This record gives sequence, C-alpha cells and structure tokens, in this order.
Amino acid sequence: MPIKTSPIIVNIGPHHPSTHGVFRMRVMFDGENIIDLEPVFGYLHRGTEKLAEERTYAQIITLTDRLDYLASMSNNLAYVVSVEKLLGVKAPERAMYIRVIMAELMRIASHLIGLGSFLNDLGALATPWMYMFREREKILDLCEMVCGARITYSYMRVGGVSMDLPPEFMGALRQFCDDFPHRIDEYEKLLRENEILISRTKGVAVLSAETAKNNSLSGPVLRASGVNWDLRKSDPYEIYDRLDFEVPIGQTGDTYDRFLVRLEELRQSLKIINQCVKDMPIGETRLKLPALIRPPKGDAYGHVEAPKGELGFYIVSDGTIAPYRLKIRAPSFINLTALREMTVGYKLADLIVVFGSIDVNMGEVDR
Amino acid sequence: MSPTGPNPNWFERWVLDFIPSTANALKDLLGHGPDWLAYILFALIGGFIVVNLPALLTPLFIWIERKVLARVQHRVGPNRVGPFGLLQGVADAVKLMTKEDLVPDSADKLVFNLAPLMAAIPVFLVFPVIPYSARATLADLNLGLLYIISITSVTEVAIFAAGWSSNNKYALFGAMRAVAMLISYEIPLALSLMGVVLIAGTMQLSVIVDTQRYMPMILLQPIGFIVFVTAVSAELNRTPFDLLEAESELTTGYHVEYSGMKWGVFMLAEYAAAFAYSLLIATLFFSGWKGPLLPGFVWLAIKVFFIWCVFIWIRGTFPRLRVDQVMAFSWKFLVPLSLMNVLVTAVEVNIQANQGWEFFPMWFAPINLVIAVVLIVIMSKLFKFEGQTRQVLPSRMGTIIPVTQAAERAASKAK
Repeated sequence: MPIKTSPIIVNIGPHHPSTHGVFRMRVMFDGENIIDLEPVFGYLHRGTEKLAEERTYAQIITLTDRLDYLASMSNNLAYVVSVEKLLGVKAPERAMYIRVIMAELMRIASHLIGLGSFLNDLGALATPWMYMFREREKILDLCEMVCGARITYSYMRVGGVSMDLPPEFMGALRQFCDDFPHRIDEYEKLLRENEILISRTKGVAVLSAETAKNNSLSGPVLRASGVNWDLRKSDPYEIYDRLDFEVPIGQTGDTYDRFLVRLEELRQSLKIINQCVKDMPIGETRLKLPALIRPPKGDAYGHVEAPKGELGFYIVSDGTIAPYRLKIRAPSFINLTALREMTVGYKLADLIVVFGSIDVNMGEVDR
Repeated sequence: MSPTGPNPNWFERWVLDFIPSTANALKDLLGHGPDWLAYILFALIGGFIVVNLPALLTPLFIWIERKVLARVQHRVGPNRVGPFGLLQGVADAVKLMTKEDLVPDSADKLVFNLAPLMAAIPVFLVFPVIPYSARATLADLNLGLLYIISITSVTEVAIFAAGWSSNNKYALFGAMRAVAMLISYEIPLALSLMGVVLIAGTMQLSVIVDTQRYMPMILLQPIGFIVFVTAVSAELNRTPFDLLEAESELTTGYHVEYSGMKWGVFMLAEYAAAFAYSLLIATLFFSGWKGPLLPGFVWLAIKVFFIWCVFIWIRGTFPRLRVDQVMAFSWKFLVPLSLMNVLVTAVEVNIQANQGWEFFPMWFAPINLVIAVVLIVIMSKLFKFEGQTRQVLPSRMGTIIPVTQAAERAASKAK
C-alpha cells in the first residue's frame, strides 16, 4: 500500500539565522526537495526613495549609508557620482583616488562578510566567519581613521570627499595591504580544496549565462556564470580606466564558482588599492560647491560596481534643492530574482547555501 | 579472568576496599537486616554516584569545548564567571532553570515532556559499565559492549519523539533526518566494534582493556577506529554530520520548540553522550585506564581530553554534509569498509587460534595499517561523488500560491 504523502509549505524567515536579515521564503517541500519557492520582501522597508524627495542633495548621502550597510562607502560613491553627472562636474584628482581606495576597501569588507556567512550557511560553524571578521575589523579601523565612523560613514560629498586623509592613514593602509595576501592564502588553504565544500557546492544551482542576463543580474553572481561584465571595465568611472586589474570570470556558474570569484576579487581589489597608494597625487579633495545644491532641470543615471553588483541612482531634478524623484537600482534585490530558478529541484540544505552564495544584504533589498 | 594490575595503587586499593566495607557498614547500620537490603542500598548509592558525577562533569566538558573552540576561532571564550570562566556551566544551568518553561499549544504534551527524559536516561546508563580504573566499575557486565550499543540507540526514539510532538515544521525536518541518519549510522557503529570484540574474545569492557596491556587497540584496528569515530560524530550530531540540529538550515532542528531546562536536559544529554563516547573510545582503542606511573583514572581523563579535543577540532573546521551525502557515506563507504575490517580481523584471529598463540601477535599491526590505507584509498576511488542531479518537478504536486493571493482567498472565505 503506498503511503499517502503531501507537500508542506515552510516559511523560512523572516527571522531565520540564514536569511541574512529579515527575508522570507515560502517554500513548498516534498520531503527535503524543493518543489516551489516564493520570495517575500519588504520586512525592512524604510521608504528611502520617498524620504530622499524631502531631503537636500547633501542630506541624502546619509540615507545611502543605510542601503547596503556592509559597504556604505560604495553607496556613497554611487550616489555622489550620479549627482556629479547631473551637475556636470568632476571631483578633484586626489578625491577620486581616495574614493577608489575606499570603494575597494568596502568591496573587500563586503566580500569577507559574504564569504564568511556563506561558509557559515554551509555549516562550517563560526571559524571562517570569525577569521573574516578579524580582517574586516582592520578595514573598519581604517575607515574610522578617515571619517570617525565605522558603519555609516557619509564620507563622500558631491564634488569630493568630506576631508583629506589623516597623516597616519597611509602607513596603516600599507600595513594592511602587506598582511592581507597571507590571510587570503590562509582562507584558501582552509577551505578551497575541502572535499565537503566541493561536494556541497560544485554543480549545485548552476546559473546559465543566459538566465543570468535575462534576469539582469550583476556583480559576482553574473561574472561567476561566465559573463564578462564589470562596470569598472565596461563603463569606467572615476579613475578605473587608468588602473591595471583583472575581472575574475567563472566557468560553469555553480555555487563553487561564485565562491571562487569572490575569493579572487579580494586579490584584485588589493591590487587596485596598491596602485592607488602608489599613484596618489597631492592636492584638493573637494570642489567648492554651494551648501544647497540646485542642479539644473533634468535627469541622470549614475552607476558603480558595488560589491554586490551594479548599484545605480536615477535622479530626476526639478531645479530645487531636493530631487523630484530618486530611484535606486539595488543589486541585491535584482540578484534575488533568479533565486527560484536556481533552487527549485534541490534540497533544503542547498537552498540555504545558494541563498548565501548570492550574497544579498536586506538593507539594500527592501530599501 | 579478572583485570588486576601487579601492584594496586592507592585508588585501586580504596575501590577494592570500598565495596565490601560500605556494604558491611550499611549492614551494621541497619542492625540485623537481611544481606540483600544492604546490597540494594549500596547499589543505590553507587548508582547515585555514577549518574551524578557525569552530570556534574558535563559542564566541565562543555567548558573545555567552548574554550578550545574559541581558540580555534580566534576568540577568548567564556572568561567572566569564576576563574577562567569555569563556572559558566553553573551560571547557564541557573539561567535555564529560572527560565519560563514554554510548551506550545499544539504540541503533544505527554510526548513533548517525556522526550528530554527519554534522551537523557539512556546516556547516563552507559556510565556504570565503563571501567574507570582497575575494578572501578559499577557493573562489569559480560556483554558490556552490546549493552552500550543497544542502550544508546534509544536516544533516536527520543529525538524523533521530540521532533514529532513539537508540531513544528523545522522540528519535523529534524526528526525526519534523525530517523534516516541515526539509524543508518548505528550499523557501522556496531560493525566497527566487531573487530575489537573478535580480538578480545569478549564484550566485557574490563577484559577488553586488559587485552590492550601490551598494545592499544588503535594500532591493531585502524579501520575500526576510523569508522567508529566517524559514526560516533554522526551519533553525537556533530559537524560534519550535524544535520539534525543544522543551525543554519533548521534553526536547531528537533528541539526548536524547547525552552528552559527541557532544552537544557537535551543539551546535557548530548554532551553527556559525548563524554560517554569519548570514554568508550579511550577504553576500546587507547587501552582505557592503563598507563605507567599515574593512577588509572588520571590516564583515562588525559585520554578522554585528547579525544574530545579531536572532536572539537573537527567541529571547528569542517562544513556540513547534505542529507543524501551523509546517507551515501554511511551505506556506500562506512558499512563496506567495516565489513571488510571484520573479514580481515576474523582471518587474523583464526590464524592466531590455529597457531595456538596466547596473544594476538603485534606484527599484525603494521599489516593492518597497510590494509587500512589500501582499502580506504580504493574505496575513496570507487566512491566518487558525482555532481548532484536536479530532481525533476513532480507535476502532481502543483505550485505555491503567492502570499498576496493566499491572503485574498482567506479574506473572501471570511466573508
């Protein structure tokens, strides 16, 4: 006699240790196999886009800190680049170098958390997580040196950065750049060739280049699928066209490739920082702009390669001190759209790992 | 055959004296009561000691894990309560006992309340049969090993009962995995010990220790040791086999609905089981309490500490396996390996019997080591994990109704 079975629907989240914030997945299971999945967003919605319509252009910088709070400087940069595009100005040379250093430091910090929590989701308890936090701590110290804050920096300004680097910063940064390659080697030695990690991730949730493009994914998730698309190369902003670095590309687009791409991006970011430290000019760090910026009527879309993907700000100005409309293209949100296609047919344990490998930040998903 | 050292040290003398003298003292105390009354009272006292001592030592065991794991992870670990944080376990116990004890409305109350006890009792029943020193065993059963294997498998029923009675989907997942995984790992667990039993010729733990007086069993039984340690870490739900709890997937699985001291009893049972299995590994593979100079129980404590450190080390470094991989590992790798070990050991024991040697010859140790390496290499080549195949969607299942539509339906139904 066959036993009668029926699928069950499990709500994973909104508060679940592996949803990296407050994300909810309604998942239909047949035993351990996923039949269907529906992501439910909006538990962290703060109305950033609407709030921005009531703020001056300088005040909005503080709102951008709260998007992807693991890489606040990158958010600052994306917004500031967009407003500068709207104004038609360019920041001084030195400011651009500082911004690139900061953005790359943020990429390292964000990828460290991404990798750490991905490995945590894999069940490697807290060991890789704590190791990665140890390095991130040093980056936070550097940022504290620069602007006094550790998470919400608000360091960048329209037309530059809020203040020049303190004298002790360069030494500390060089120290960090010397230490960090050994740390990356350490992570690789610990986990890259681990049999369990490979059997858990290789060939799991393969995301084809076509699906990735159709879902307009970006960032490491897209590059792991073998698409060579990095805004630092394809639409260079700031000084990226002068810098020598490579964009790591995955081959199959499985979970293991996403892990490897992030690991390699750590090295490339370090390479960029080293070049910036070497070439950094002396001079002004901020343009003289009025306190209340009134951009001309019109719109502009500026985007940067944030750690999680293409972060874009579309600003519509009506000539007043506040934008008429601000639209944020959040990479985490759009990267999540492929979650169902990637996970249906796999098991519960894979779902958690795949979600970790997309590396989303709920502050950015819900805005 | 009785295990006696050449010169009993003070501890052994004390133990040897303790049993008759206590019984006599009790007999005197009771006046002219019958003999059996005194022995029952003595058994109760002994039982009290053997149950409560592990229960008191388990917080220390947890403290060692937290401290060593913290070192692995670049942390300090507990260091606030007492010297070096030693009293952290006491503080935790006080906190758990004063916490509100919640029972979910939809739970099966009787089973829900019974499950922690069912999990804890079998674990504590392991301690009486383990030889702590010469003759320091409360019950030196002649089928000790069989008794341990059978009594510890009761824990699975408790875990399933806890997961099922909680009426929670995560707990159900944990229970489902428990039934699948723990029962699969019982088989290699029992089979891997067959080699030890064959060599010792008995299941009595004190005699097994005695047969290891020239050479610890790990040298004669490398495969048995590896399989046993793997199966034990599965039975203890430790990484890489911690599927039942799987913090990142199931938010601790089967005991997700438990709070307060009921949760505490589960944890106590888990770590007491870890303690019991560490004792068992030391007894079976590292010649138990035997060792030069120091008294037996000190040697046992040292061995247990190192075995426990290995477990912590594994926990600190390995990711978790998926449920199908865990099952495949047991049935395709551990079971054949331990069966082959039984075959090899049986042949060797047969040679020993035919030649009429009194002891199991030591030169089998290097042979067994070579066999172990060859077998494991061949098996790992055969057992190559192929990439996961995606399960095709069964059409009869249908798809999920979006949350907005589900809300609309509920609203229209309410009207």
